[in-house]
Order: sequence, then C-alpha cells, then structure tokens
Amino acid sequence: MLGLEKKDFTLLLIVFALTMLAPFLLNPFPEGSAMAQFNAGYPDLMQRFVIFGIFAIGFNILFGLTGYLSFGHAAFLGVGSYAAVWMFKLLSMNVLPAIFLAVVMSGLFALLIGFISLRRSGIYFSILTLAFAQMMFALAYSVLTPITGGETGLQLALNDPRILGTSATATGNIPVPSLFGLEMRTTADLDLGAWGFTFNVGYYFCALVMLVAFYLSIRIFRSPFGMMLRAIKSNQQRLNYTGLNPKPYTLAAFVISGMYAGLAGALMASMDPLAGAERMFWTASGEVVLMTILGGVGTLIGPVLGAGAIKYMENIISKINSDILHTWFAFLPDGLEDFVVAMIYPFIGKGWHLTLGIIFMLVVIFLPGGLVEGGQRIARALRGRKTTDDSGKSAKTEPAE
Amino acid sequence: MGILEVKDVNKRFGGLKALSEVNLSVKENTCHAIIGPNGAGKSTLLNCLVGKLIPDTGSVMFDGQSVLGRTPHEINQMGISRVFQTPEIFGDLTVMENMMIPLFAKRDGAFRMHAYESVSAERALIEEAEAMLADVKMLDKRNMHSASMSRGDKRRLEMAMCLIQKPKLLLLDEPTAGMARADTNNTIDLLKEIKSKRDITIAIIEHDMHVVFSLADRITVLAQGTPLVEDTPEKIKGHPKVQEAYLGEAH
Amino acid sequence: MDALILQILNGLDKGSAYALIALGLTLIFGTLGVVNFAHGALFMIGAFCAVTLNKILTLSHTVVDETRKNFLGQPMELQVPYVYDLFGEDMGNTIIDWSVPMAILFAIPVMVLVGVVMERGLIKYFYKRPHADQILVTFGLAIVLQEVIKYFYGANPIPTPAPSAFTGSFDFGALIGFDANTIIYPYWRLVYFAFAAMIIGAVFAFLQFTTFGMVVRAGMADRETVGLLGINIDKRFTIMFGLAAAVAGLAGVMYVPINPPNYHMGMDFLVLSFVVVVVGGMGSLPGAVLAGFLLGILESFASMKEVIDIIPGINQIIIYLVAIIILLTRPRGLMGRKGVMES
Repeated sequence: MLGLEKKDFTLLLIVFALTMLAPFLLNPFPEGSAMAQFNAGYPDLMQRFVIFGIFAIGFNILFGLTGYLSFGHAAFLGVGSYAAVWMFKLLSMNVLPAIFLAVVMSGLFALLIGFISLRRSGIYFSILTLAFAQMMFALAYSVLTPITGGETGLQLALNDPRILGTSATATGNIPVPSLFGLEMRTTADLDLGAWGFTFNVGYYFCALVMLVAFYLSIRIFRSPFGMMLRAIKSNQQRLNYTGLNPKPYTLAAFVISGMYAGLAGALMASMDPLAGAERMFWTASGEVVLMTILGGVGTLIGPVLGAGAIKYMENIISKINSDILHTWFAFLPDGLEDFVVAMIYPFIGKGWHLTLGIIFMLVVIFLPGGLVEGGQRIARALRGRKTTDDSGKSAKTEPAE
Repeated sequence: MGILEVKDVNKRFGGLKALSEVNLSVKENTCHAIIGPNGAGKSTLLNCLVGKLIPDTGSVMFDGQSVLGRTPHEINQMGISRVFQTPEIFGDLTVMENMMIPLFAKRDGAFRMHAYESVSAERALIEEAEAMLADVKMLDKRNMHSASMSRGDKRRLEMAMCLIQKPKLLLLDEPTAGMARADTNNTIDLLKEIKSKRDITIAIIEHDMHVVFSLADRITVLAQGTPLVEDTPEKIKGHPKVQEAYLGEAH
Repeated sequence: MDALILQILNGLDKGSAYALIALGLTLIFGTLGVVNFAHGALFMIGAFCAVTLNKILTLSHTVVDETRKNFLGQPMELQVPYVYDLFGEDMGNTIIDWSVPMAILFAIPVMVLVGVVMERGLIKYFYKRPHADQILVTFGLAIVLQEVIKYFYGANPIPTPAPSAFTGSFDFGALIGFDANTIIYPYWRLVYFAFAAMIIGAVFAFLQFTTFGMVVRAGMADRETVGLLGINIDKRFTIMFGLAAAVAGLAGVMYVPINPPNYHMGMDFLVLSFVVVVVGGMGSLPGAVLAGFLLGILESFASMKEVIDIIPGINQIIIYLVAIIILLTRPRGLMGRKGVMES
C-alpha cells in the first residue's frame, strides 16, 4: 500500500488515526473535573505536538540513521521561521509559499553548514554544528537585526507590502496566515455533555503535513539510501572499501533533516506569525536531541512519541502547583500530606526541567532504545506470560505500536 | 603484463624506510602470496594498493590504470575488493542487508540517491544476494543480526560481500590471523573453492605457511621493505635466502 | 598601545575561566576518554559553594536592642550573624568579608566528593559506551544539576562580593609608564588571573613531578600499555576526575565576584569551553590552557569599539568563527595529538 510494506502501512494508518482523532483522545476528562488539567486537546499544544514531531522525525534521519549527533539543528528551524515570516510580509499570508521558501532556505543553509561540518566526525562534528548554530543565533540576535528583528523578533506589520495579498484587512488589522483563505486560527467547538472538544484548522493542517513528513521518512528508512545511512553508522571503513563514498550520503541526510527542521519552523510561523532568535539557541537544539532519544533513536515512531511526551510534560507538569498537589493528597493525614507534597513539589511546576533531566538520564542509562524499546519490552513480557515459547523474533526494526 | 603492476615503490615514515624499491607483478587469475616477517612492510604495501597510503615514489597500475591518488572507494570501483584481518562488516545490519550494499555499490557507483525506492522491491539484486549466500552456505542466517555471528561466519560474510562485487582482484590481509586450526582449514577450503569456481585474481598477505603453501601459485618474500625473491611455492620452500630471512627465524 | 594592553588584560579573566574549565575537561577526556557535558555544572557548583559559605557565615539570629528605637518607637530588632557571637564583631566582619577566598577551603572537599561520586556513580558505566551516549548522559546530568541548584537558590543571580581589600580598581597603566587613567583594571580580576595561573601551574607540576602524575600521563598516552604493567589505572583516574572537578569548582568559586552566579552559568561556559578544548586540541593539556587564554583575549579584542565599528557583532561570533576555521585547517586543534578522536 502506497509503496510500503504491510507493517509500515499499518503503522502509518495508526499514526493517521491518532492524529486525526487527537482532539478527542487528548481531552479524555470532562471539563471542570479535577483531572481536566491533564487534558491536552487544545489547539496550541496539539500544534506543537505535531510540529516538534516533524522536527524530531527529521533529526532522526540524521542522528538515528547515520549516528552523527548534531547539536545545532535548531538553527535550521530558526531559518525556516524567518523565511516564512518574510514570505508573509512580502508576498501573501498563504502558508504554502511560506513553507516552500522556508524548506528551500533551510536546505541551502544545511547544505553549506553540513558541507563544512561533515569534514569532521564524532565529537568534532557535534562541536562544529554547535558552533555554527551559536554563531547563527548571535547573528540573528544582534548583527542581522534588519533581517531578523533582533531581540524583539521578526513580526508582521500593517505596512508590509504583501504584493499578492493585502497589507491590512478591511477592519484595519494585520491579516492572519491562511491556506487559500482558510484561516489557520479557525476553530470549531463540540460539546458532548460535560466534555468539550476543539477542532482547529491549523492543527489539522500541521497534522497532515506531519503525516506526509512521516510517510516520507518511512520511505527513506526502507530505501537503499536509508540502508546506506545505517551502514555509515555501522562501519564507514567497510563502506569505503565497498566502493561507496559516505560523504554525499551523510550530507544528503544532513540536508534532508535540515529541511525537516525548516518545515517545522515554517509551520510554527504559520500558526503564530513571528520568529525569534531564541528558537535557534543551543538549548533548542538540545531539546530535539532529548525528544529523539526519549522516544527511541533510529526507530520510525520514536521521535514523534518523544516530541509528544516532552511537549506534554512541558505544558502539563509545569502547570501543576502545590495547591493542586494538596487537593490530590487531601485523603492523607495532614502531616503525611504535607510531607508527600513537599517531596513531589520540586519535580512539578517550574521544576519540570528537573523531571525531564532525570527521565532523560534514566532513559540513556537503562533504556537506550527509548520509549519504543520500553514498549517492546513490555509487549514481550506480556507475550511471554501468555505463551511460554517466545520465538525471539528480531525486534530491531519492529516499530512499536 | 600482470593485472597488478607495482613498480619501484618507496615509502618512508619519518626516518623509517617501510618500503624500498618494491616491484611486484600479479598475473591474472593466479593466487599470489606475499609473505615476510613482522615489520617487513606487508601491510604498508597492501595499504598502498588500496589507496589508504600513497607511496613516495613509484607506480601502482591496476588493469592498465594507475591507482595512485585515488580514494579507497574509487579503487574498489575499479575492481579491487579487500578482506581485512579482523572481519569488517556492517554489524548493525542483517546478513542480507550486508550483501545488498556491495550490490548497490556495484550497480549504482559511489553515490546514488535512491531515497524513495524500496530495498525490498529490488528483486533481481535480492536473488543475486541469496544465490551468493547459498554459495557460502549462509542462506539460513540471512535475517541474522550480523554482529551476533561467530567470527568464522563474519569472515565468510565478508568474503561473500567482496565476491558478490565480482572483483578482478581480491586482496586478503591475513585472513586466518587469530583463527583456530579448524577455522583456518575451513577458510582455506572456502578460498580454494572460490579459486576453482571463478575467474579471480587473489593477492594474499599471510603469516601462516600452511595457508600460503595450500593456496598460492606464486610467492613473494618481503624482508625489510624489499622483495627478496619471487617464485613458485616449491622453489620458495627450499630457497636458502628465505630460510634464513624468514622461515628459519619465525618457525 | 594602552588600548591593546587593556584588552589583553580584559581578556585574561574570562580566558582564565575558559582555561581552567577546559583543563579539567581535557584531563577527564584524556584520562577517562569521556566527553563530559556536565563539566560546566561543576564550575557552577563551585560558584554556589562560595554563595553557600557566604550564606552560612551571614546566618543570623535576632537580637533586641533596647537602646535604639525604630521608626515606630519600639525597641530595634537587629540581625546578628552567629560569627559575631563566636569571634566578636570585628573579626566576624572580616570573616564575612573574606568569605569568597575562604570558600576555596570549603569547595575543595565538596568538589572532590562531587567529582568522585559522579565518576563512581555514573560515568564509569559509560567508559565502554559510544561517545554520543557519554555526551547524552552527561548532558542529562548537567540539566539535573542545574535544576537542583535552581530549586535551592532560585533563578536570579546572587551577587557575592570580593573582600573589600580587592574591590575597586587600580591604575595599571601608571605602573608601567603610561598616562594615568588609561589602563584601569579591577583588583579582583588580577587576583583571578593570578589564582588561575597558580592552579594551572600546580596541576602541571603535579602531573610532571609526582609518580602519580607520571602514571596518569602515561595512561593518557597509552592506556592499554599502562594497564598491562599491572598498575591500577582506574583508581587513579577516579582521583583525576575528583581533581578535574576541583579545578572547575575553584574556577567557579573565584569567579563569583566577577559575575554573580546563576543556575545556567555552567552551560553558558560549557559551550565555550568545549570550543576551547577542541581548538586547543582534544587531549592536550597545554593546548587547552593556551586556547583558553587566546580565545578569551580574542573575544575581548573583538569587543573593542573600533573593531565593532568595522565588523558589527564580531564580538558575538568571533570564538565560533575561529573554532570553525581552526577545526577545518588544523583538524587536531592547535596542539592536539595524533589519533585522538579521529575516527
């Protein structure tokens, strides 16, 4: 189906179903209930799930397949955002040309930076990409202010030309990003009893783009090209003596993953038309590394899971405060309640980074395959309980459900 | 004219003269062994043939073309495949995938971007790989994770990966180093089979005299970076200079 | 000319910090073969050792002074540090005033302990794993450490002054024959440089002249051979990790008066220190020190108004630019050894 093996096609279908039904699935708790704060079905967060999913899918094509650890991929995300906002300023508010330019520009930047950085490997490559990204951050933050808006970021204005659109709407406002007139911020609400669900055009647009991106990454994983990339990670010496030149393969992977990052940046700008230098800061590059590792590096679905998990934690855990904890543990005797709350408090709210750091370390130490490997282990344990003869089928390329 | 012609090759590492005035001619469809004590320059010579090192002076011609200044992957594309001392395979990949990579390299050259095609759609190549695996009796291991195999199987796989490219010249760098006697004999049998079944030239660097005398058609003895003698195995066995320089001391 | 000297001096303190952090990074990399992304966190923990000691010394109890009235006419409540009770007011004040240099004594055991615990508890399990895994796990550790510090000390920088004897500046220009007030240099920065030079000297002397150091150097050059000699390298390497942690920590302690510490200072310095290590040459101790000072001074030159007027923003990117150029033209860095991290 669609040129995919049955197993991969099933995975694609599952991801399709999950993303399309996300507004329902992510809002399982009735509004106003104590658990409602765990609902993640609001447009802003759902958009971030899929956008960072795209970013991580692309990063995984480089890091997961070739093993080259880039610490500067956020730079391409930033380039994509700036390019998209410039298209909104100069051409029109249609998101398609913005996305197009963003992907092209980030691809060009990736080609240049990749060409230079890939002359080195290992830690040197990581440091080179880090240096390039930090340099680009510094340039965007101060030196290139006319192009990037400097500290305040690049924003739309009423007097932007927008030669194919309008500078201002009839009511005198800045127009909003749209797809041929269908505004990204349009939402529809559905109330079913106590439950409320929100359907947002922007989210569905991003979700469809992510599905395409995901589909393409499956194709790459299963292609001769993808196999060469895994061979690069495995043994470059043998690859050389087999008559293959690893350089162009790695560079191609670098450029592709840079374009994925640019695409993610363009979508960010399409949901909220501004771009800032902080998107290029090295911590942002670190974040995509965390996502990929947490989900499962080198697996198809891992990066998407990792992106979702981290963005969910960022939004939900950071919203929990001590009052909420007290209501949860109200059933405990007072002294014990205070103690339990005091023990948990450092890990929630502003402390969510601590939780993230600990989880990340635990994953790297005990579960190098990330959530996907965890899922596989659990599945195997369950299967093992049912049927004692586990055939020990190679689980390596088996994607987790 | 041999298929491989090494002329007046010199190589220095700082003050150390690793190769001096090396001349070597390997005839087509023969097995040519290069022996010599440790530090005789065998590995240096091999590295000069595959593009890892560039000689200071002299020429290395393969099939009428110079290999000097070419990278290892270009030299492989000319028709030279190399087997390493410790098997170099793609450990993270399955046996079948290990076989597919040389096939792609053979068909598509050093770089070709098939990012949208599927490996599993390449029926012709898959069949070729399966035939080769059957040849080396590894077809049952086709889906095995290659890093988890025994050393003997890795060696077998590496040979199969080289052979499937149908190289004109197969370079073997101490293929039985560190192997138990039984494994060594298996390797010898495998190589004999390869020799008898295919039109292939083999150049082998080896320490183990048993291997050399079972396989080689001609032998070059290297000592201190210079070829001492070159002759048939029978003649080499009785050669006084060789006894003195190599056999007498090493065994 | 005076402007040049001023810039060199200005570059020295940052360069000192880079050099000290890079020195520890290189020691760890050279001996243990581990790429430690948590090394910046050690620098930060050192800085917070100084903050902590200052807080301990200024711990106070409330005393009601009947002789003085506050603005409501009630007896005044005074906060009296416990050190006053122990040593009297004058001595107590002096002690508090000198809290930062005294923190050195406090920081050494703390940092060695932190370093040894880190190595025994986490890093040693990663010797055999790929460099990427080492980077990732220490990166995670760095996040955890900085979040722990943030939890206890808050997100804002905590100013902690140098001893009053060293606050203020002196006219360095006048000392070396320039016009007065052309080269004004803060005392503490000079102290910092001298301190850094001392530490660097001590580390090199330790490695050069002690048997312990000799074995470690041999281990850096060829770990396997030294292992074959039957010398227990691992134990020494644990100690080296403690030493590297102490060096980073001391760099942090003394840096406190120059820049009030906050929880992310470690990461800020780490990124640059890695660049320094790579420029100096992975695994080369003199290279790390040299590159640290060079880049510090270069950064300070690039911040000169005259330079910025010609190339705006050059001060922001100069270090990265130099790193890229050096890595591409001299892959092993300024003084890198052959065969280190080249695969």
